[in-house]
Amino acid sequence: MRSNLAVDLQGLRFPQPVLAASGCLATGHDVPALVDLHKLGGVVTRSLTFGPSKGWATPRSAETPSGLLTAVGLQNPGALAFVEEDLPRLVKAGVPVVASVAGASLGEYVNVASTVHLKPGVVALEVCVSCPDDERGGEPFYARPERLTEIVGAVARLSRVPVFAKLPPLLPGLVETAQACVRAGAFGLTLIDAVPALAVDPQRLRTRTATPVGGLSGPAIKPVALAAVYQVSRVLPDVPVMGVGGIASGEDAIEFLLAGAWAVQVGTALLVDPSVHVEIAEGIMRYLKEKGFASPDELRGRVRVRDAKIGSA
Amino acid sequence: MRRVRAEVLNAKRVGAYHSITIVAPEVAERVRPGQFVSVAMPEGRTFLLRRHFSIHQASRRGGWAGTLEFVFDPRGPGSSWLAEVKAHQFLDVIGPLGKAFAYPAKLTTCLLVAEGHGSAPMFFLGQELLARGKRVDMLVGAETQELVFKPIEGKRLAQTIVITTEDGSLGETGGVIDVLPQVVESTGAQVIYAATGRQTLRRISEFCTQRRIPSQVAVEEEMACGIGLCFTCTVPVIRKDGSGYDNLRACIDGPVFNPARILWDRWMGEEPHMVATPPEGFPVVKTWPG
Repeated sequence: MRSNLAVDLQGLRFPQPVLAASGCLATGHDVPALVDLHKLGGVVTRSLTFGPSKGWATPRSAETPSGLLTAVGLQNPGALAFVEEDLPRLVKAGVPVVASVAGASLGEYVNVASTVHLKPGVVALEVCVSCPDDERGGEPFYARPERLTEIVGAVARLSRVPVFAKLPPLLPGLVETAQACVRAGAFGLTLIDAVPALAVDPQRLRTRTATPVGGLSGPAIKPVALAAVYQVSRVLPDVPVMGVGGIASGEDAIEFLLAGAWAVQVGTALLVDPSVHVEIAEGIMRYLKEKGFASPDELRGRVRVRDAKIGSA
Repeated sequence: MRRVRAEVLNAKRVGAYHSITIVAPEVAERVRPGQFVSVAMPEGRTFLLRRHFSIHQASRRGGWAGTLEFVFDPRGPGSSWLAEVKAHQFLDVIGPLGKAFAYPAKLTTCLLVAEGHGSAPMFFLGQELLARGKRVDMLVGAETQELVFKPIEGKRLAQTIVITTEDGSLGETGGVIDVLPQVVESTGAQVIYAATGRQTLRRISEFCTQRRIPSQVAVEEEMACGIGLCFTCTVPVIRKDGSGYDNLRACIDGPVFNPARILWDRWMGEEPHMVATPPEGFPVVKTWPG
């Protein structure tokens, strides 16, 4: 059987199922030649604000067991500069672009989304809801489900390309929030955003990052991400889900596909190994051939629940 | 920037530090003082990130057997693993990374100031400056005698070397900043290069601004990827036209900066961050004198 890596997310097609996660390939500017952009299924940009943004104070990162804690803030050149300078580079590299939309207010989200959604090369938008909401005293947009869906809905209503809502995992009702996003117009979901996390330096009695609570990524969060993908995709089987969180190998990616993801994103692993996406894609291909599947779509949600052993303790 | 699978030629202790020499001709033939390499950690460990090391020595040897040497403190996860690496093992290395020190075109007397194993890259810089006919002096500090990196080799390299230790076990008692004015006086230093902790760097910077001595500093900041992707290692640097500042990545825009353009208060967290509008009225700072 001929296997093919292309995936079809309800009409949104990617040449292969491994995308670069937001924040791990900048905005397309200064991407070192070590990263073979052409071999990515797509690139999700750093989250874009309308004007340029400087981000938070340093230190912005701390290595934690099997993880990376980052508190960068939204440093980016702004949507206008992105469209002018960075997007053409990504388009030239021949890689589909998913623009990550951020903001400090509903209005800013709308402005960013309307700046980027019609630009050639932008195949989808991803809405980041982990940034502080200036209209709610700086609490993250995800803190209240109705605020979160208001933002996602506003972007989805204006966008001519599919919109993914990127959700953090620790919401009181993740599945309900995902359903609400879809009702508000989201085309799909990206699961999961970095997990809120803190690192402490006991010798100096202080936090290890300048902004205390950052986002945890890397292998440490993979099981958390798998659970989110599994739970949401059971309830919303027709809604495309991109799985992200600690993927560093073909096997990791396959686990996400089996749990219900339609495609995956790789982030922290790319910072460590700039060609990891090539290995992941090869790993998926090997698995497809070995197991006799024609495409990654056939793996989606095939994980079976392990039979309970009756009678044994 | 190249990624190579580099064989370890030699791994040894150097005083309190550890040194590794690798065979990496493609990197060695391009690397310049102040630049660094990143080394991948083994799979299956709880520490993920590459480690970054500035270059202590580079030997080009006709381009086919070029080697690189880097020096590190063997404490801490990652570096303790690296300290166990033996000759003939292979490391996943990316380099050369970052911006190098610039050499002065006209000025001739150069003072290299460093603390601890921060003086490792200064040896590479010193050799390159000597090869360009410059005079090189060194001012090297550490907490104790054991933590002074290669004092004997420093004496051989530099015209003069002054050593300071916090506990007075070797050389002058105190820090490099305490003796900097008199060392500048006695050597007639026209250019200062520094690689020290942040507090000292700042004071060196203030000293150089006051005395109008051109200087370059190599900074350290928490760095996750080292190749410009993650935006974690930024330093607030005033724009050349003084119209504001940008958070520049130490990995690709640094680690070498003109210290007169670093916004020290902001970088060292002494003013509230997340100010929506950048303060106005930055000085216009001339670039490196060439």
